[in-house]
Amino acid sequence: MSAIASAPPARTGRVTQLGVLRSEWTKLWTLRSTRWSMLVAFVAMAGLGPLIAAIQMGRWDQLQAHDRFTYDAVNTGVGGWHLAQLAIGVLGVLVISGEYTTGMIRSSLMAAPKRLPVLWAKLGVFAAVTFVVMLVASLISFFGVQAIVTQHHVQRSLGDPGALRTVIGVALFLTVLSVLCVGLGTMLRNTAGGIASFVGLLFVLPGISAILPSSVNDSISPYLPLNAGTTVASHTFDNPHHLSTWGGFAMFCLYAAIAVAGAAVVLLRKDA
Amino acid sequence: MIAVERVTKRYGEKVAVDDLTFTVKPGIVTGFLGPNGAGKSTTMRVILGLDRPNAGHATVNGKAYRELQAPLHEIGAMLEARAIHTGRSAYHHLMAMAQTHGIGRARVLEVLELVGLTEVARKRAGGFSLGMGQRLGIASALLGDPATLILDEPANGLDPEGIRWIRNLLKGLAAEGRTVFVSSHLMAEMSQTAEHLIVIGRGRMIADTSVADFVATASHGAAVLVRSPQATELREELTGPDVTVTSREPGLLEVFGLTSAQVGEAAARAGIVLHELIAQRASLEEAFMQMTGGEVEYHAGTVGADEREQVKEMA
Repeated sequence: MSAIASAPPARTGRVTQLGVLRSEWTKLWTLRSTRWSMLVAFVAMAGLGPLIAAIQMGRWDQLQAHDRFTYDAVNTGVGGWHLAQLAIGVLGVLVISGEYTTGMIRSSLMAAPKRLPVLWAKLGVFAAVTFVVMLVASLISFFGVQAIVTQHHVQRSLGDPGALRTVIGVALFLTVLSVLCVGLGTMLRNTAGGIASFVGLLFVLPGISAILPSSVNDSISPYLPLNAGTTVASHTFDNPHHLSTWGGFAMFCLYAAIAVAGAAVVLLRKDA
Repeated sequence: MIAVERVTKRYGEKVAVDDLTFTVKPGIVTGFLGPNGAGKSTTMRVILGLDRPNAGHATVNGKAYRELQAPLHEIGAMLEARAIHTGRSAYHHLMAMAQTHGIGRARVLEVLELVGLTEVARKRAGGFSLGMGQRLGIASALLGDPATLILDEPANGLDPEGIRWIRNLLKGLAAEGRTVFVSSHLMAEMSQTAEHLIVIGRGRMIADTSVADFVATASHGAAVLVRSPQATELREELTGPDVTVTSREPGLLEVFGLTSAQVGEAAARAGIVLHELIAQRASLEEAFMQMTGGEVEYHAGTVGADEREQVKEMA
């Protein structure tokens, strides 16, 4: 029994935000599901653009003249977000809902009973990792696509107007999406509900809006989360009804902020 | 020190804890007893800041748990429900917990060794047996080397060897001067380790007493057994306003309302020979049953056989 106290740890330590951040970093990388989802998001973001570009180049002669003329190699270069957003969103819900479904949240909150530091640390770690991983993937995709489309001389350079902003914008969009989804997961506390609400909010709402009379749809749809969020990730637009690049992104940040505020209130008020 | 003051906790319509007040004395093992559903886990969750009470408050070393600067160093907890991500290894779980307080890797390895999980420390906790899960829970509780421990049903689902391990661990922790607050629905387990008892039923306090007093109180009103070849004559001597005498077999009387001393003296006065004079004492288990019988939420038929611990007294 003497072993219990044989080498007592320094009891001087206390809970710090930095300590909780370290803890969340450890938690993120010590689950197989997290590593796999992050890998899927990376491969999707880095690989989908070049794949689409390769297909388009192979069918270049069949494309209409108008499409060839307006071909935007920057948009194709970052096209991977269409798939990566799903992996990031699901992972965002999972990093918190997984704690509730397994009971881990009780350990987390017993170690950091003020609770909000856990939410900030989770958001901080997951958002930072998402940004870095998606930015790297976005750059790989961009250069990969430009190398592929050179054969038809439609390549763009990172120095072209709006190109760099789009490449970084994709990472920004996915990062804020990750924050939004951690917020949803914290509010709903279960995986199925969190994923359903994320999919509903981002992908189902535009579909419902599209059924409405087009005049109504045209005035509503730019404000929907997905359409607002992707302005910063788009170089050129097919649909003329959209918010400005940074205005749309600010709108998306507002959605995420609402979700995080809701998450903070639920975390503080509800029993764990 | 743990103090619970007038705590009430409701879940919707259901009252889980009802105006409960007690303090857990430092330096000893205090058993927290009650039938399943009595509100033990809820009380512990309130102490640990996981559930907010509807009324009253609980403190650890004078502060609400949520206000503690370094909770893992002040109070170590193991909850009945698992509090571990099934996909993470024991080692990484403890590391993540330790990092919040800046506790080093050495201590993580030490507690793993202490609970005997070193060899499986890198395996997913989801694959752990119930006993291994309990050991990991204990390791988490000991991580910050706290002076106070709060353990919810630590012996639950353990094999005899595991139960013995927990029992020795609790004794060892108490011997080191730590405060241990441990819940159980099994009285027998508590009689082995606890000095003091807090007994609740349906969320209400039933007893806050030492183990010895608890048994004595429960024994109050129990029968005196007397065996005599002159039982019929003796029966006539044992009269009084509150005295009842029954007989299960020839030559054996069960006397209620008199002490064994009074029965012996009555026999001596009448010159009656006694072969046995036994004051029945409730066992800890029975005392518990007697006191909580009305507080069990769902009765599963009649409780147990009549296993009385008979303490022979010389007449």
